[in-house]
Amino acid sequence: MEQFTGKAWVLGDDIDTDIIIPTEYLALKTIEEMKQYGFSPLRPELAAQIGKGDILVAGKNFGCGSSREQAPEVVKALGIRCVIAKSFARIFFRNAINNGLLLIEQPDLYDDMAEGDTVAVTVNQDVEYRGKRYPIASLPENLMEIIAAGGLVKAMRRRNGLDGERGQADGTDGC
Amino acid sequence: MGMTIAEKIIARAAGVESVRAGDIHTVALDRMMSNDGTTHLTVDMYHNKLKNPRIADVKKMVFIVDHNVPSDSAKTAGSQKKMRDFARKHGIDFWEGKGVCHQIMMEHYVCPGELIFGADSHTCTYGALGAFGTGVGCTDLLYGMVTGTSWVLVPETVKFNLTGRLPEGVYPRDLMLTIIGQIGANGVNYQVMEFTGEGAKALSVNDRMVLCNLAVEAGAKTAVFEADEVALAYLRARGREPKAVFKSDADAVYAREYTFDLAKVVPVVAKPDFVDAVVPAGEVCGTRIDEAFLGSCNNGRIDDLRVGAAAMKGRKVAGHVRFLVVPASQEVYRQAMEEGLIRTFMESGAIVMNPNCSVCWGSCQGVIGENEVLISTGTRNFKGRAGHPSSKVYLGSAATVAASAVKGEICTADML
Repeated sequence: MEQFTGKAWVLGDDIDTDIIIPTEYLALKTIEEMKQYGFSPLRPELAAQIGKGDILVAGKNFGCGSSREQAPEVVKALGIRCVIAKSFARIFFRNAINNGLLLIEQPDLYDDMAEGDTVAVTVNQDVEYRGKRYPIASLPENLMEIIAAGGLVKAMRRRNGLDGERGQADGTDGC
Repeated sequence: MGMTIAEKIIARAAGVESVRAGDIHTVALDRMMSNDGTTHLTVDMYHNKLKNPRIADVKKMVFIVDHNVPSDSAKTAGSQKKMRDFARKHGIDFWEGKGVCHQIMMEHYVCPGELIFGADSHTCTYGALGAFGTGVGCTDLLYGMVTGTSWVLVPETVKFNLTGRLPEGVYPRDLMLTIIGQIGANGVNYQVMEFTGEGAKALSVNDRMVLCNLAVEAGAKTAVFEADEVALAYLRARGREPKAVFKSDADAVYAREYTFDLAKVVPVVAKPDFVDAVVPAGEVCGTRIDEAFLGSCNNGRIDDLRVGAAAMKGRKVAGHVRFLVVPASQEVYRQAMEEGLIRTFMESGAIVMNPNCSVCWGSCQGVIGENEVLISTGTRNFKGRAGHPSSKVYLGSAATVAASAVKGEICTADML
């Protein structure tokens, strides 16, 4: 089972996609240019503080709002290893998976979590913090396959393209 | 065991007899819509990430430029050119400047029984015609465009029984904000809102669009009304035929049920910075505003312009207020001209703009500055949504927005 640890940044409930990446920065050409503005309406200094492998912990309804896929892309580009929240908004959830960003639903961790502390994640099993284990549900196999590949397009390429197979019945050979 | 409308649409698209909430199915998409918010990203991935790119069925694709119209910078012009060139090269239906994407889709494409993906969160609007429309990101859109298919986790359905009629001066927008205020911003997360009952049947398609459009603000996967005679008449008037007309079975399974008595709804306002921070409009009356916005895929249709114009007739926009009026489509705009509404707005001192998303998404037009306050018929009031992070957005009905523009502070139409 895949395991990793990371330093936690704690955000609140209803972190919306306009907070994750405001509209005015969507015109920037690349996610690399955009990422410095991640979470800027709420915490302008945060993007520069996040380090590779850090973990975001949040309350309910993380990622609510628009379907802008730049939101999970920015979170991933900032180096965030995974987001652990009480719940996720559904479009963000799908977009994150499709970009290979791991999301973990956990109802209790957020209430106990202090920013800056380290948490240990065992994927599809639990999150450990201050000696306590917080159980997490397993993601369905098809979603884990997408995350492991680094996103939906890469998963499809892996499944249908790079192994030389063509003309799959479901038409995914284009990917 | 029976199925709900949403389950029947997914079953049809999956080519199976029946589905249950929680199942994952591969579905054939009936239609896909993408706008200038993210289409350039889809096009980039199509060209750069795929080994053997192709479009499964170009007739299912619709591209609509509506978020930045006309383009406001060289950067957005470049993104839009990429989209325009791609559409022309591949023969994709392409709309530009004709209206907000969901309004265009409802006027020209959506049919009952269809399963539609749109690269925009408010794609849930299409439930007003008994279709299953849902918002996705640009990668899902790309996958759908290339394969003609996608996967769907069948959502649970929550039933909303609507009884009674809305009182005079109270609008579907007040009703939907009231519902969201009660159930919360993730009250129906990954569920379908099914509107039913006598109160639902009495609503026009435009009214139903107002309800379905905001479903995502309660976390819903989509929202749906039964395609009844009201919906079919709308369709016929536009020369379209339903894909399939579904009713929920008597023994269909619902996760929960709510009942709302329309007669008890009052004018409400959603306070900054959350759509579910809903209070009776009276509680925020007197809040000074800098800008008012009448438009958007939620509330920029002819009904809303009529309501707004009625409040403006013979009155002037307050001296310190910019009042933006943005019809949701050219069709709406023309109708408003024919009815004399545009004249009323212009005589009142409003700024009448071309159809587009405008300040509702905080770009292109009417962006507000530091500490400024906007009252809006738009879809969202998130922190910084309409401009500067310190600015504030209140959401209200067309009547409340227009009345507030006159008074220069939040008020309801009966206070003029």
